[in-house]
This record gives sequence, C-alpha cells and structure tokens, in this order.
Amino acid sequence: MYISFSDRARLTDVPSPTTGKTGAKVSATVIALGVVSMLTDISSESVSAILPLYLTSVLGLSTIAFGFIDGLYQGVSAVVRIAGGYAADRTEQPKWIAFFGYGVSALARVGLLVGTGFGVIAAVVTVDRLGKGVRTAPRDALITASSLPENLGRSFGVHRMLDTIGAAIGPLLAFLVLFFIPSGYSVIFVISLAFALLGLVILGLLVPNVSRRAPAVVTAEAGPAASVARPRFRWRHLNDPRLRRLLVVAGIFGLLTVGDGFIYLVLQARSSFAAAWFPLLYVGTNLAFLVCAVPLGRLADRFGRLRVFIIGHGALLAAYVCAALPTTGALATVGCLVLLGLFYAASDGVLAALAAQYTPAGSTASGIAAAQTVVAIARLVASTGFGFLWFALGRETAVLIVAALLAVAIPAAALLLRPYLARPRVS
Amino acid sequence: MTGSGTAGLTGRTRWVLVSAAAVLLFGGAAIFGIGAFADYQGQQAQSSEVVTAEAGSAGIAAVAGSDADAPRIVFRNTALGEGYGVVAAVPLTDPSGPRVLSDVSCDRVYATNTYEMCLRVNRGVVTTFTADLLDARGALVKSWPLPGIPSRTRISADSELVSFSAFITGETYASVGFAINTQIAEVDGADSGTLEDFALTVAGSRVTAADRNIWGVTFTSDPNVFYATADSGGRTWLVQGDRAARTLVAVRDGVECPSVSPDGTHLAYKKVVSTTPTTTWTVAVLDLATNEEVVLPEPSNVDDQVEWLDDSTVIYGVLRADDSGDSDVWAAPRDGSSAPRLLIEHAWSPAVIR
Repeated sequence: MYISFSDRARLTDVPSPTTGKTGAKVSATVIALGVVSMLTDISSESVSAILPLYLTSVLGLSTIAFGFIDGLYQGVSAVVRIAGGYAADRTEQPKWIAFFGYGVSALARVGLLVGTGFGVIAAVVTVDRLGKGVRTAPRDALITASSLPENLGRSFGVHRMLDTIGAAIGPLLAFLVLFFIPSGYSVIFVISLAFALLGLVILGLLVPNVSRRAPAVVTAEAGPAASVARPRFRWRHLNDPRLRRLLVVAGIFGLLTVGDGFIYLVLQARSSFAAAWFPLLYVGTNLAFLVCAVPLGRLADRFGRLRVFIIGHGALLAAYVCAALPTTGALATVGCLVLLGLFYAASDGVLAALAAQYTPAGSTASGIAAAQTVVAIARLVASTGFGFLWFALGRETAVLIVAALLAVAIPAAALLLRPYLARPRVS
Repeated sequence: MTGSGTAGLTGRTRWVLVSAAAVLLFGGAAIFGIGAFADYQGQQAQSSEVVTAEAGSAGIAAVAGSDADAPRIVFRNTALGEGYGVVAAVPLTDPSGPRVLSDVSCDRVYATNTYEMCLRVNRGVVTTFTADLLDARGALVKSWPLPGIPSRTRISADSELVSFSAFITGETYASVGFAINTQIAEVDGADSGTLEDFALTVAGSRVTAADRNIWGVTFTSDPNVFYATADSGGRTWLVQGDRAARTLVAVRDGVECPSVSPDGTHLAYKKVVSTTPTTTWTVAVLDLATNEEVVLPEPSNVDDQVEWLDDSTVIYGVLRADDSGDSDVWAAPRDGSSAPRLLIEHAWSPAVIR
C-alpha cells in the first residue's frame, strides 16, 4: 500500500476532473487516514471481540452487566462528537483534535495491561468510546480537505473500506491468539496497544494538518463550496437549507434503523444456519460493507450522493423484509447480511460526504459531526423503541412494521430532498 | 505544511520513524506473545498440580473408574497443567482424593448416569459455541448451537430433559439488551424453543418488557414443571415454569439460578448481597413447604448454580481471587449451621451422580 506524506505533490498528480473521468487517484492523506483507522479498529475490535469471554471466564462476571455501560457511552459519545467537530473547526487543527481522540483511545489500552476487574474494563471501554467520539468528525473533515469535491464519495469509500478491514481483522487476530494460547488475554491486550500506538504514529507523522481553507487543496474546479475566501467557522454555516433537510432525513432514517443485532436475532430464531453462525454474522455484514464501500462511493460521485444515500436505504428495507419473510435457508441469511453491508456502504461514508458537501469550508467538521450525531441518537432511540415493539407484537411483525414505515420514509425523503436530487454536473 | 509538532522533518525521516515504530511495537508484541506461548506450552507439558488417577478412555463412563455405577462427582477440572478444562470425576466417598480425567473438554458441564451436557467454546479463528449432549461413552448424541458464551446447563433426574443458557455475544449484543438465551429440550423429542417466548407474569400482570431474560433452569420430579430465574428492569424473580402451557409465573423476588434438592423439599439459589462496585452473591436455601429462607454464612462471592451433594448439603464453585481462571468447589450444610468447607480443589461446575 502506498502512503505519501507529500500530499500537495500528490494532489497535483490527480488527473483533472474536468475530463469527466473518475479515474482520479485517492489522496495519499486519505489512504494514510484509512490505514490509521484500520490499525485502530484492529486494536479496538480485537479487544471487544474477546471481552465477553474475558469477563466471564477469567473475571467470572456476568456479561449482562456490560450492556448498561454500552447504552451509557452511546449518549456521551454523541455529545463529545459535536465537541470534537466544533473544536476542529474553531482551532483549525482537525489533525491534532483527531490525534487527541486517537491518543485517548490508545492510552485507555494501557489500562487493560495494568489493571483487572470490572471497574477497569468499564473505564477502558468508556474512555475508548469517548476518544472515538472526539476523533470521528475531525478525521472526516481531514478526508474532505484532502479530496477533490468531485471524488469525495470515493475518498470516504476508500477510508471506510480500510476501516472495515480493520474491524474484520481484529476479532480474527484475537481468536487466533486464543487458539494458540487459550489464556492469552494479556497477549491480545499488548497486540491491541501496539496497533493503536502505530496508528497514532502514522497519524502524527504522515498526515498533514490540511484544512479546506488551505488554498493548496482548493482547485479551480472545486466549485463555490470550497471557496478560497477562507470563511471562519460560523454557526449559521450549519443553517444551510440543504444541510437542514439532510439532517431531518438522516434523523428519520436513523429512527427506522433498528440495529443489526435485532436483525441477527430474527435470523437466529428462524434459521438453523443463522443460529449456528450467530456469533459471526457481523463478519458477513462487514465483508459486504468493505467490498461495496468503494464502488458505491464512486457511484455516489457519478450518479448523485443523495440518490445513493436514499436508495441505499432500500437495501436496508430489503434486509428487513428478507429477515421477516418465512424463508429460512442459508441463502436468506447470507442475502440479508449482504443487503446490510450494501446499506452501510451506501449510507455511512456517503452521509459524511454529503454533510461535507453542504457545509462551507471552515465548518466542515461541525457539519459532519452534526449529521453523525443525529444518526447516532436516532439509532439509539430506534433500538430502544424497537425493543418494545419486539415484545408487544412479536419479532416478525415488529420488523415488518419498521419495514413498512421505511417504505413510506424512502419516497418521502426523496420528495423532501427533490430540489437537490439532480445528477452531479460534469463541468 | 504539516502540524507544528512535527514540522521540519523531511519525508525520509518521517518514514524511517514510522518504520522504526512499527518494528519496535510489533517486535515487542511478538516477543511478548512468544514468551506467553512458551509459558503456556511449559504449563501444558507439566503434570497436573493435583493428583490424577489412571485416565480412562472417554466420557463419564471412563471417569467412573472401574465401577460404572459408583456414586461420584463430575466436574470441570481447573488444575493447571495437563488436563486443564477437561471433565473429571472423584468418588463421592473421597472427593479430595485422586481425580480421574476424561478426554472431553467442556466450559460448563452437568451429568447424570446416562448423559453428559457439555457447553463448549469451540476455539479457532472462527470461534463458535455449542451445547453438546454426550452419552456415557462420550459419543455425541445431539448438539445445539449457542448464541455466545456458555452459562448454565442441567439435565433432569430422569435424563429425559436438558436445559442450557448462554450469553448472546454477537458483536452488537450490548446495544440490543437481550443478553442471555435459555432453552429446554427433550432428549428424544422437540425443543421448547427459547424461554423468552414463554408468557411471564409477575404479581398477576404480564411482563412484556424487551429487556427480560430467563436463565438458570432447574427441573423438578414433574417433567412439566421447572424453576428458573427471570429478570427485567433490574429486578430478578424466581419463576415457576410450565412447559405445556408455556408460562412462567414469578413466585419470589431476588432469586437467581435456583436448584431443587433431590428430595424436592428445598430450593438453593444465589442471592445478591451487594451491587457496589460490582454485584456479588451469596447462597441461600428456601424451604418450599414453609417458605422460610436461610442465608448461608459464605464470605466469598458465589456466581454459580448450586448443586446438591445430598438432601442436606449444597455444593458450588467459587472463583479464586487471582483472576487465573481457577476455582474450587465448596460444600455447606443447607441450614447454615456451619461454615462452608473446601470439597474439591481446582474444580468448577460440579454435578453429583448418585
């Protein structure tokens, strides 16, 4: 994999987007950030994959207690996410705000080596998630600043692909260690720390602190959104009608995104194949996500990001229907996981690209943070609310109701965002 | 220009620094890993830290030694060294004596004279979890996939019914809120499905909250009736289950992992004594006729489903304090008249075969 620190030199190599071709390379900074995310995900996912096993078999705790923290951190994470984005814009140091976030998570890993017990684990997980909350928006702002506006979807696609590769490698690595050393939890913690620290080193040394205000990355073709006028951060920048409508739509979609865990549980109850592979279903989703992230990011750039974002929720709808319909074979399970992966590929990076696109330079991180926070909170509400539906009406009915609502929400979103749905113009 | 902290470094220097960091970090991790692997190998090669008798071929028939019907205690051997994690047995007449090791590895075990329930973590790059029903020779009779880490298992006294509980440990389990899954199955017949689908009533009203969990089944002499734990909104109940009617009715508060005595007169369970900083439990015994509860004078945290040594003595596993994954089995009189005594060292998940 090629990583270059000489970002400016790289960007001048990028073929002119005026040719209308999308063969342009992805900035070396984006790849470097992707590698940082990959290493960090290997670090965090290797630990979280074995955490339940560690808590029960070594510390002798009931994993039930663990669920409480998870809900708690999600709320806190949403708040620090906004703070991270705001700080990145105000200080114009997105790199170092992101560095702080990654650093906090890496430091948390040291806690696993020096302490044991439930309190330590809870603290480590909480601090790790806080760091994740802080770093996400500044990092996505760096990706935006290092990409040509025309290729933004693709850049986010490449980043999310690398990120998801890390999320897939982490658990495999951890279980590989346990396979050779059944009691090797400390080895996993050491490996996790090594990956986190290397990610931090790469971020610190190979990623430039680019900001969309820097003329170096604003090309003449970049269009009005990336004006060279160097606007400062302003709250009213977040008041763009396009961004407002995007947030409303993202919020509505978020409220109808019930969480993969529920889908997996529906599958598990219906299909013996899904039941046997239940602890690994998320790996299938991740695989589909990482394979589709780049193609869908490119499609979003060419066909229209909003279109892909909205149609991508059709994949979620199909996944719901697939899980709820009485087709119980292995094929239905695999199909469901592929659809979920497609949905993430069409929505996660694409939403960040859209938020960046609808926010003036100088406020990018805040705009992205706003969109991601709306989604995070809406999904938290969705999971809680869906839990009640689940028991009041039964699993299949509950899923079908959400599917029906989503089937209404998708055209409604298209209607609300109609003014901006046009295919991107090629100048 | 890049950030101020690293400004002024040339490209080559940056790459050299990154490479050096990679070599240092992964080298260090690799050395640590190799050391840990060598330690583990050494430990495995060592003979067990407890006295073991001549190992049999396989299964619980083997751990019965020469007399296949001899009363014995079957458990998971947690003595470091050879045979860690395998099913072992000691004679009921000499629990602290030499143990016979089988070649069956289980994370949670229960046994009767006919069958053995073995909940397993099938380690590998692709780690899965199963509940395996084995016959007396250790041959697989039936297997059920589990959604995550094994928790509890039981076989009815007549060896007709089995139950098993497992934590749901898919990646997003925590945000889902259903943390445990419990099933009852007939050895020769149908599964009852997950107990979460049974109708749960507390004080006459139906509980439909999404966060309810059912676990820790104990069978009674009536094949239709069982006891278990139900939990919702941070409250825990002892529930009486009816397999035919598919109902669970709460009969008492604050009871977890019940266990019916062999004569059916008493119920032993774990009971919360403190929730700060983490939940700790002790053992209590309920007289089913008088509804009188006795809390046993056990100073340690007991997180186990109690087993009965005989009609007046309970036994249970207690984890050692050093986080080593080792534990001991203790015994205590059900009336709380004396302090618990150490019954089997380096043991977990005991089952008594009378």
